[in-house]
Amino acid sequence: MSAAPEHAPTMAKMSLTERLAPHAPILLVIALILAGLVAIPATSSWLTLTVSGLAMGMMIFIMASGLTLVFGLMDVINFGHGAFVSVGAFVGVSFLLLLEHMTGAPNLLWNLTALMVAIVGAMAATGVMGWAFERVIVKPVYGHHLKQILVTMGGLIVVEQLIIVLWGPEEIYITRPEALKGAITFAGAALEKYRLVAVGIGLVVFLAMRWTLRRTKIGLIVRAGVENGEMVQALGYNLRMVFIGVFVAGSALAGLGGVLWGLYQEVITAHMGNQTMILVFIVVIIGGLGSVEGCFIGALMVGLMQNYVAFLEPKAALISNIALMVAILMWRPTGMIPVVKAK
Amino acid sequence: MSDPILKLDGVFTNIAQYHILQGVELTVPRGEVTMLLGRNGVGKTTTLRTIIGHWRAHQGSVTFDGQNITKLPTPAIARAGIGFVPEDMGIFADLTVEENMILAAVSGAIDDARLQWLFTVFPALETFWKKDAGTLSGGQKQMLSIARAMIEERALYLIDEPTKGLAPAIITTMARAIKELKDQGASILLVEQNFAVAKALGDTANVMDDGRVVWSGPMSELATNADLQERLMGLSMEAH
Repeated sequence: MSAAPEHAPTMAKMSLTERLAPHAPILLVIALILAGLVAIPATSSWLTLTVSGLAMGMMIFIMASGLTLVFGLMDVINFGHGAFVSVGAFVGVSFLLLLEHMTGAPNLLWNLTALMVAIVGAMAATGVMGWAFERVIVKPVYGHHLKQILVTMGGLIVVEQLIIVLWGPEEIYITRPEALKGAITFAGAALEKYRLVAVGIGLVVFLAMRWTLRRTKIGLIVRAGVENGEMVQALGYNLRMVFIGVFVAGSALAGLGGVLWGLYQEVITAHMGNQTMILVFIVVIIGGLGSVEGCFIGALMVGLMQNYVAFLEPKAALISNIALMVAILMWRPTGMIPVVKAK
Repeated sequence: MSDPILKLDGVFTNIAQYHILQGVELTVPRGEVTMLLGRNGVGKTTTLRTIIGHWRAHQGSVTFDGQNITKLPTPAIARAGIGFVPEDMGIFADLTVEENMILAAVSGAIDDARLQWLFTVFPALETFWKKDAGTLSGGQKQMLSIARAMIEERALYLIDEPTKGLAPAIITTMARAIKELKDQGASILLVEQNFAVAKALGDTANVMDDGRVVWSGPMSELATNADLQERLMGLSMEAH
């Protein structure tokens, strides 16, 4: 028997369009920022709105990243994801209220320490809650999308009512830590300090998540599991355990998003998680179900679009993100960075 | 004769309302290439998927190396020492060739000596090591799929139609790889439609029809008996 010929394939030179196609989503974000620069008369306003949009996008990404992985990995539609956002916000704010002496002091280190304590507390609480939610609510309905929607929405309602029982029915107004109040001026633009911190935290979360998914074995298992869970199991990995881990991590991230969102809005309610879910679902859909990178880019686009349009044409702000979703789905029906799924 | 590495006793598997396997009796001797042959749709793939646990046997038992694995979850079956190469190859297209192989090394880091051996069997893997697996050709994907199963030593390999749709030269590479695997002492249960490959590789043959094994015997006997082939598999003399 003769050996198979081994040779490198010959390839024709790709056109510019073909070379740019894989980078189209990130180019779209840049194009949106440039479009904002053209449409918004004052550069300082544009810069303020851009930072605001990026901050909002980062927070939505943090809330949405867990949801997209949960869907991609186990085909679970969790309409109760907003519950973790609300609980995270209430637990985080409770910690901040306990640490008022630290948040009220004009000391950046103390303020950030208090914020970190609140974030860790919120993430721990929502992580544990995520574990219980998966075991009690999600596990019995694997493989049944309609039941998943109904049962997880039921779970959301129960959690919202529990928040009202524990923290009361009134909305809670909160103030940001002292050193994170106000704005700094850069190139004539007022940039809110808190939004810059939110951008920083969002970037750290994205880079850490990307590193984990690309550079660790558990990340490889998750990425492979999103594509073909059956084959991952046939290699010898217990995907169910991995899924529980991802569900817990996703819930904890939603809790982190809840703390950040609460401080961003400066008010929290039991229904705040549910209200953010519309934006979260838009981001998950336009990013491509199961794609963390797509989710990140989608979140930035939604945040920027919302801020630019609210400034230019406030009445159109409500529909701007729906229009964005429609446009992207007409261009790429499976989202900007679709995940390959085994048939 | 030593105990077989794998034994199926009266295995029935249903998929939804369809009764696919209807009492499969199958024995895979140690250190041999056991062929599973038959027409399309007779239950060959379902047999392999039942062994690895993707589908559950509703009746009967699957015994691997003396252990009843009928009700074990798929990861436990794989870790017991069974490598699986599915018909659709099951490669992870979004991962690079390297990442596919890292993932396949379940017990830890890739053994470098074994990897170098695989590079000699499938040189294309080394060439495309950093490429996304989704960009490989059909033959290269099949090589990756088999190499992935081979990266760690397994007692038994279940390989489902490794030569399907491949060019003759690549079929030769596949056959050589399976032969080398056998020479290392592994046992192989191979589903194959290419009768020439089956003849070249098989020690024993099992022919399936209507969800059960209807003939078992030495491959050499089946290979030399045209009437038997015609009767069991619908093969005509033109096929080989």
